[in-house]
Amino acid sequence: MGRGRAWLALGLAGVLASAAACGDGAAAGPGASPGAGQPGRVGGSLILATTTSTQDSGLLEALVPLFEAATGTRVKVIAVGSGAALAMARRGDADAVLSHAPEAEAPLVASGDLVEGRRVMHNDFVLVGPPADPAGVRGAGSIEEAMGRIAARGTFISRGDTSGTHAKELALWRAAGLDPAAVRREETGQGMGATLNIADQRRGYTLTDRATYLALRGRLALEVLFEGAAPLLNVYHVYVVNPAKHPRVNAAQARAWAAFLVAPETQRVIGEFGRDRFGQPLFTPGAGTSAGEPGR
Amino acid sequence: MGELWAGIREAVQLILSGDREVREIALRTVYVSGLATFLAMLTGIPAGYALARRRFPGRTLVLGAVNTGMGMPPVVVGLVVWLLLVRSGPLGGLELIYTREAMVLAQFLIATPLVIGFTAAAVQALPPELPELLQVLGAGPVRRLWLLAREARLGLLAAVMAGFGGVVSEVGASMAVGGNLQGETRVLTTAIVTETSRGNTERALALGLILLGLAFAVNLVLTRAQQRSG
Repeated sequence: MGRGRAWLALGLAGVLASAAACGDGAAAGPGASPGAGQPGRVGGSLILATTTSTQDSGLLEALVPLFEAATGTRVKVIAVGSGAALAMARRGDADAVLSHAPEAEAPLVASGDLVEGRRVMHNDFVLVGPPADPAGVRGAGSIEEAMGRIAARGTFISRGDTSGTHAKELALWRAAGLDPAAVRREETGQGMGATLNIADQRRGYTLTDRATYLALRGRLALEVLFEGAAPLLNVYHVYVVNPAKHPRVNAAQARAWAAFLVAPETQRVIGEFGRDRFGQPLFTPGAGTSAGEPGR
Repeated sequence: MGELWAGIREAVQLILSGDREVREIALRTVYVSGLATFLAMLTGIPAGYALARRRFPGRTLVLGAVNTGMGMPPVVVGLVVWLLLVRSGPLGGLELIYTREAMVLAQFLIATPLVIGFTAAAVQALPPELPELLQVLGAGPVRRLWLLAREARLGLLAAVMAGFGGVVSEVGASMAVGGNLQGETRVLTTAIVTETSRGNTERALALGLILLGLAFAVNLVLTRAQQRSG
C-alpha cells in the first residue's frame, strides 16, 4: 500500500533530520522561531502524550499547525490524563510529554525517563459547586478551610482517573489534614467535562482547571466558589522522553517541539488563546519563570 | 428537547454546507470500517462455512469461542491491539500504532467473529443434503460454492451487516489504537466523543446523525441485495 511507502519515507526523513540535528545542534534549537520562514526543517513525526485539557480547550489545534508548518514534523497528539501520559513516557511509547502534574512528573525526572523539562504556561484550578453552596465554601479563608468545609457538609465529585487534576485534588485533601479515603467523595473515572456535568447534576463540588470550566460554563449551573490560592496554581511542563533510555524515541522532533513551545512567538499565541471565545485567555504563558502566582 | 432540535438542524446544515472536515471524517469512517469488514468477510465467510460443514474434535469449543467473540467488548480488543502495537510492545517496531492500519486491524478482529458466527448459522440452516445434491446434478466445485452462497445469502448478508454495524459504531478500540488524531485517524465515533467533551453537544449530535445516515445507506444497499428474489 502507498501508505507503507509514505511511512518509510517519513521514517527516512526523520533519520536524516536527526542526523542533521546531531551535526548542527542549533538547527532545531530554541532559536528556531515558528512561522518565520523555515528555520528548523526537522520532518518526521512525533507522538505527544498530553493531558485532555490542552486538547479539549482547543489550544493544541491552534499550536500544532504552526509547528507543523515551521518544521515539517507531524505531531500525533494523544490526549489522555497526565497519569496515562506519564505512563506512556515511562515505557518510551511517546516522544514528548506536555503535562500538568509536577508531583507525578518528579519521579520520572529522577529516574531519567523525562529530560530537558521546561515550564510552558500556567492557569489555575478553581473549586466549583452549586450556587446554593450548602457547605459554605464561598466564605472560606483558605483553600485548606474550603476543603474542610466540603468534607464536613458537601459531596465531592472526583475525577478518580490519575489525571493531573485528580493528583492535585488528593494533594489538597492531604494539605488540609484530611484522608481522601475518609471524605465523602464519588469518583467518576472520566474526563473533566464529564465530571463537571456529573457534579452539576448531583449538586456536588469539584476541582476543575479554569480552561475546561470556561469552555463548558454555558451549560452548567456550577459556580466558582473558591479561587486564587497559591496551591491552586496549575503549571504545564514539556519534557523530552530520554532517547538514551528509550532508543526508539524521535529525539530531534521532540526537542524541536519543546523548543517551539517556549519560543517567544508561540508564547504570545498561548497568551492570546481563548480571548476571542471566552473573553479572557485560558492560559498564561510562563516560559523561563520558575515560580508564579495563580492566574487572574 | 431544544438541544435535540438544535442538533438535528446543525446536522442538516453540516451536510448541506459540505463542511470539509466532516466530509473527510465520514469518508475515513467508511474506509476504515469498510476495509475491516471486507477483510473480515474474506476470512470469516470461509471459516464460518468450514465450521458449519466440517466435523472435528473441539468443534463445539471453537463455536463457543466464536459466539463469545461476537460479544467481545471492542475496548478490550483495542487494549490488546494497543499493547501489541505500541512502541514498547512486541510489534512496536512496525510503527503501526496511531495509524488507520492499526484501526483496520482492531476492527477486523472485532468484525471477524461476527461474520464467522452469522455465516456458520446461515450455512447450517441450509438443507444438509444440498451440497451432495448439487454434485449429483453435475455442478463443479466453484459453481457449487456459488449456488450454496446464493441459497445462504440472507444469512451471509446479515453477517456482513452485523460486522459492519459492529465496527462502524464502536469507539473504544478506534480511540485506543487510532489516537483520534485530527485529519488522520479521527472517525465519526471518536469525533463525537471529542465534541461532547468540549461541550459542543449540537455538533456531536449532528455527527451522530451523520453516522446513523451513513450506516443506513450502507445497510440499504446490502438489504436490497439480500431481499432480491432468486
